[in-house]
Amino acid sequence: MTLEASFGASAPPAPPPAYQVRSESRLVRAALIAVALGFLGLFLVLPLAVVLTRAFASGVSAYAAALTEPDALAAIRLTLTAAAIAVPLNLLFGLCAAWCIARFEFRGKSVLITLIDLPFSVSPVIAGMVYVLLFGLHGWLGPWLRSHDVQIIFALPGIVLATVFVTFPFVARELIPLMQEQGSDEEEAAVVLGASGWQLFLRVTLPKIKWGLLYGVLLCNARAMGEFGAVSVVSGHIRGQTNTMPLHVEILYNEYNMAAAFAVASLLAALALVTLVIKTLLEWRYADELAATRRH
Amino acid sequence: MADAAASPTGWGRTGGGGFRKPSVLPGFGITLGFTLAYLSLIVLIPLAALILGAAGLGWDGFWAAVLKPRVLASLQVSFGAALAAALINAVFGLAVAWVLVRYDFPGRRVVNAAVDLPFALPTAVAGIALTELYAPNGWIGGLLEPLGIQVAFTPLGIVVALTFVGLPFVVRTVEPVLQELEAEQEEAAAMLGAGRLATVFRVVLPAILPALLTGFALAFARGVGEYGSVIFIAGNLPMVSEIMPLLIVIQLEQYDYAGATAVATLMLAVSFALLLLINLLQHWMRARHDA
Repeated sequence: MTLEASFGASAPPAPPPAYQVRSESRLVRAALIAVALGFLGLFLVLPLAVVLTRAFASGVSAYAAALTEPDALAAIRLTLTAAAIAVPLNLLFGLCAAWCIARFEFRGKSVLITLIDLPFSVSPVIAGMVYVLLFGLHGWLGPWLRSHDVQIIFALPGIVLATVFVTFPFVARELIPLMQEQGSDEEEAAVVLGASGWQLFLRVTLPKIKWGLLYGVLLCNARAMGEFGAVSVVSGHIRGQTNTMPLHVEILYNEYNMAAAFAVASLLAALALVTLVIKTLLEWRYADELAATRRH
Repeated sequence: MADAAASPTGWGRTGGGGFRKPSVLPGFGITLGFTLAYLSLIVLIPLAALILGAAGLGWDGFWAAVLKPRVLASLQVSFGAALAAALINAVFGLAVAWVLVRYDFPGRRVVNAAVDLPFALPTAVAGIALTELYAPNGWIGGLLEPLGIQVAFTPLGIVVALTFVGLPFVVRTVEPVLQELEAEQEEAAAMLGAGRLATVFRVVLPAILPALLTGFALAFARGVGEYGSVIFIAGNLPMVSEIMPLLIVIQLEQYDYAGATAVATLMLAVSFALLLLINLLQHWMRARHDA
């Protein structure tokens, strides 16, 4: 400070501060903010507002009735079951993939990373369809499965498979860059000091990646519970049996049962909002321990 | 000691000569093995089955299934709407990213967090909400009706749904690049007498162009494959407002596996081409960033 002041006396006049040349006039600024917020209001706020108002359009008791009706309860149960199987599977996969990719150097690694990302660029409808082609009644394994009395398509296994496919990369994608950045010095030290494989994972690696892991699981879960296209193809839409919550919303909506459709939709919207809040809190508090906030 | 430590999952030692660099860490074999097995079972084998199915149709069979007027019309609808939505997102997404990075206003952090809503909101919920908004008796549809503009149940509705779905992509790819842009170049341009508009168009835009294109391509790719949010608002009229993913679903419901396989393979090819393009763009982005 004093140094700058002493130089200031003889230095040429200071250029205008950066914020002046790097910014626009107040009018332009206000207009741009208005355009951006208007766009977001139109596409983010209004859809959420319409879900809430339509959900309660017929009153609170109708809202509660729509959510406690047996088919709705069955849909909620199925959605929770499918997510409870799919998310841990992808969690285990994400950990394994991140461990071998971020901790070892081997040939073909970049190809492996690209392949892990593949499900994100496949249309959800195709994600469901590939299992119909394999396990459906007219599929490759269909006749064999039927003779052994195993049902995959139009049943829980198919719904779980489709959900696993569309949420496949979430955990791995978060953990791989995070663990690559953290490096393996601490793990190597632990091994040299005699840690076993499990000790190494539980005491050294897990504490370093726990927030990133939670972040990946959170996004994975939101997508698993909300998936529509892929599950729609494999579910068969049997009311009370193979309808997940998003599919139940569709059926109610197509029956013009708007209040009930939006009541179930409001639950899913609440899930999205809770996910968003936790995600944002994680980003604010643990930005250093998340890969997603530093990538790009 | 390292060997003893590695013993519970001691496969790490057997990684084979030139295949990988040696490491003291355990667990390479078992984690790579599980990763490859899981990847193959869930993703690779099912996708290979689809492609093999398409190959089984033969060259003529494949094109006969793809070159039907209804398929070509759906191709046009899907690509046209995805392109329009990606363009809208490129323009407004850039404005949103600019405002979030450069300006301070009350609620900025909340707005920034809200941009990810389309990633979190289930597509079916977005679909029925947008349909309610833009239907002729809806909040926005009611305003547009007297002007003779109908959005819901027309191709315009598809563009609206795809704009919602693709909204975060441009914002999230442009934002970090804009943030890391050095002030010097803009200041130099201003010092050398460039007006603000010229500085933005000649200095800032070229610097963020790779990111903008990447976001555009990501939004476009997502839009081409999107299903859940579109089918409610589209009206789904064959030849007019029927998207490709819906056509696949209809073909599957009619047990037209050959037709569905051909159309799906075409879509898969397009997705992979876009994926390649996006990777090249990101490579370009990184190269520019490092330079």
